[in-house]
Amino acid sequence: MAAPDEKRSQRPRFRSAGWGDALFRSGLTAAAAVVPALFLAIVGLLAVSAWPAMRQFGFRFLWSSTWDPVAGIYGAAPMIFGTLLSSLIALIIAVPLAVGVAIYLTEFAPNWLRRPVGTLVELLAAIPSVVYGLWGIFVLIPLLRSYVIPPLQAVLGWTPFFSGTFYGNSMLAGGIILAIMILPYISSVSREVLAAVPPSQREAALALGATRWEAVWSAVLPYARSGILGAIVLGLGRALGETMAVVMVIGNRHDLSVSLVEPGYTMAAIIANEFNEAAGLQRAALFEVGLVLFGVTVAVNALARLLVWRVARDSAVGSRAI
Amino acid sequence: MRSASMTFALLSAALAASACHGSGETAVLLNGAGATFPNIIYQRWITDYNAAHPGVELNYQSIGSGGGIQQFTDGTVDFAGSDAPMTDEEMAKVGGNVLHIPTVLGAVVPSYNLAGVSQTVRFTPEALADIFLGTIKRWNDIRLASANPGVELPNQEIVVVHRSDGSGTSYIWTEYLSTVSSEWAQRVGKGKSVNWPVGIGGKGNEGVSAAVQQTPGALGYIELGYAMINNLPVGAVRNRTGNFVTPDLSTVAEAAAAGLAAVGPETDFRVSLINGPGDRTYPVSSFTWLLVHKDYGASTAKAKALTEYISWALTAGQAVAPELGYAPLPEQVKPWIEARLTTVTAAGKPVWSGPLGR
Repeated sequence: MAAPDEKRSQRPRFRSAGWGDALFRSGLTAAAAVVPALFLAIVGLLAVSAWPAMRQFGFRFLWSSTWDPVAGIYGAAPMIFGTLLSSLIALIIAVPLAVGVAIYLTEFAPNWLRRPVGTLVELLAAIPSVVYGLWGIFVLIPLLRSYVIPPLQAVLGWTPFFSGTFYGNSMLAGGIILAIMILPYISSVSREVLAAVPPSQREAALALGATRWEAVWSAVLPYARSGILGAIVLGLGRALGETMAVVMVIGNRHDLSVSLVEPGYTMAAIIANEFNEAAGLQRAALFEVGLVLFGVTVAVNALARLLVWRVARDSAVGSRAI
Repeated sequence: MRSASMTFALLSAALAASACHGSGETAVLLNGAGATFPNIIYQRWITDYNAAHPGVELNYQSIGSGGGIQQFTDGTVDFAGSDAPMTDEEMAKVGGNVLHIPTVLGAVVPSYNLAGVSQTVRFTPEALADIFLGTIKRWNDIRLASANPGVELPNQEIVVVHRSDGSGTSYIWTEYLSTVSSEWAQRVGKGKSVNWPVGIGGKGNEGVSAAVQQTPGALGYIELGYAMINNLPVGAVRNRTGNFVTPDLSTVAEAAAAGLAAVGPETDFRVSLINGPGDRTYPVSSFTWLLVHKDYGASTAKAKALTEYISWALTAGQAVAPELGYAPLPEQVKPWIEARLTTVTAAGKPVWSGPLGR
């Protein structure tokens, strides 16, 4: 307790702040204030512009599934559902792959391989969204049609998740594209986290007679758990908001269907599609979709942060017990 | 985002213009915005015209017809482009201070993916409406087969592909379906985006045609020019007279000539060519319009430059239309449009005396 007190008492002995310091400080304060101000401005603009639709449809907007610009009836349920479902598919595919790549690169890969493979994975993040969309249309969808969907439907076609006709553009195609797009984010952050695990963790496990695999599973991964969860949250945030590639492959259909082979829609996609030519109530409804997307993203992030925090707390307790 | 960058573009253009004035230049700057469909030819016209008339600087931002009308109404642009004429309500918002000037024509055509069918597939209006309503589900349906004697239509599901983005192309297509099918008019209606009963959505002509090309048995609708330039298979549609007409530039121009002949020279040019009269007319054709003010107030130089530019576009400019996939205006309507251009005024004074006055 003595040390901080001493530090505090030293404070007045600093050279008295001149103009430069004051300027620097107020400049930084202003810069920091810009971010919350922007946040409020965005929410405010969305809310004000969405107001006509909110007044007209109330909370029905969230669970009604009719989107009819001609009749002026708007409900966002298929898009909300589609956003969550496509992101879930993306996570289910991307998380094991990305974490697997990260573990391999930090724990198992020979040194000469680590850098090139790591760079290649990170390069995936540099590919523009529209290129992913084109690749989806011309490579992924034909591949799915010829080699993936027929056996998948033969085995799992009886489940509601894979029933229906596959036209190509589908929820599954959207989810897979998203998975590839978020993979580099999850993988590179996980890699950093794993690399930061102290070598003593591994050495202790190995010294107790654990195999490499056991050491990773029982000593390294638990230590890195909260960091990896954080990486997944980052990927999820990106999946929820991704627009262009999804527009190009998801089929843009306002249906509430759990079938992954059927076309779907996401919130970001409908904004990108219809905003240009929208006026009046349709414009307000699109703003409300934007507001809902914003809310969903914030909610999902908050939930995920809560999870990270709990895991971090648990592991801290765990390590203290050891 | 789009409107932000648009605002920025306008702002920088305005700054550039004022800078020019400061240095004693007398360049006239004309800003326009609107429909994406005629964007290719409008940009070409602007380049060509500017090369011949360096004193006139034109800008056209393809932000969509709705956005164009909005900006025109707000007064942020000098002219607008639109694939749909303004409604009476929209015209009232500008105090009726607007003229519709048709520039070129386009058409919306059915395009399909049928391996092994080499002949042009023929569609009756009823069949098209039923396919898009989802009541005709397979290619070998009797309602399709009866219009296509001698064509081996496969027993294959029809995958409908429509535009997912709001567009004038969808407006024209759904206006056609509403005209020929009362069920479509009641259940779906017409609009830039509608509640499609069946099908998958592709973004833009390229999105729709990519989905059609990649999906066996698909049927979508795209712009004629896009289909021509990319050599996509298109179907013939039966017109009001009862003839199956393959869409091309001549059958679209035919629709314009017949449609305008029916209304006469005093028309305000807000003419729908959907399912129009004539033997050889393609029934899903449409004008695209430039919207200009009747009176430009104090901006005499702008009004003069704009009318001169449009008159050039109607004559010399038409030559590039076919190669870019647009149908040129029929010759006989050009004098009608020029007569209308001479009524453009600035502060009540005429600014252009017609092609003879040049």
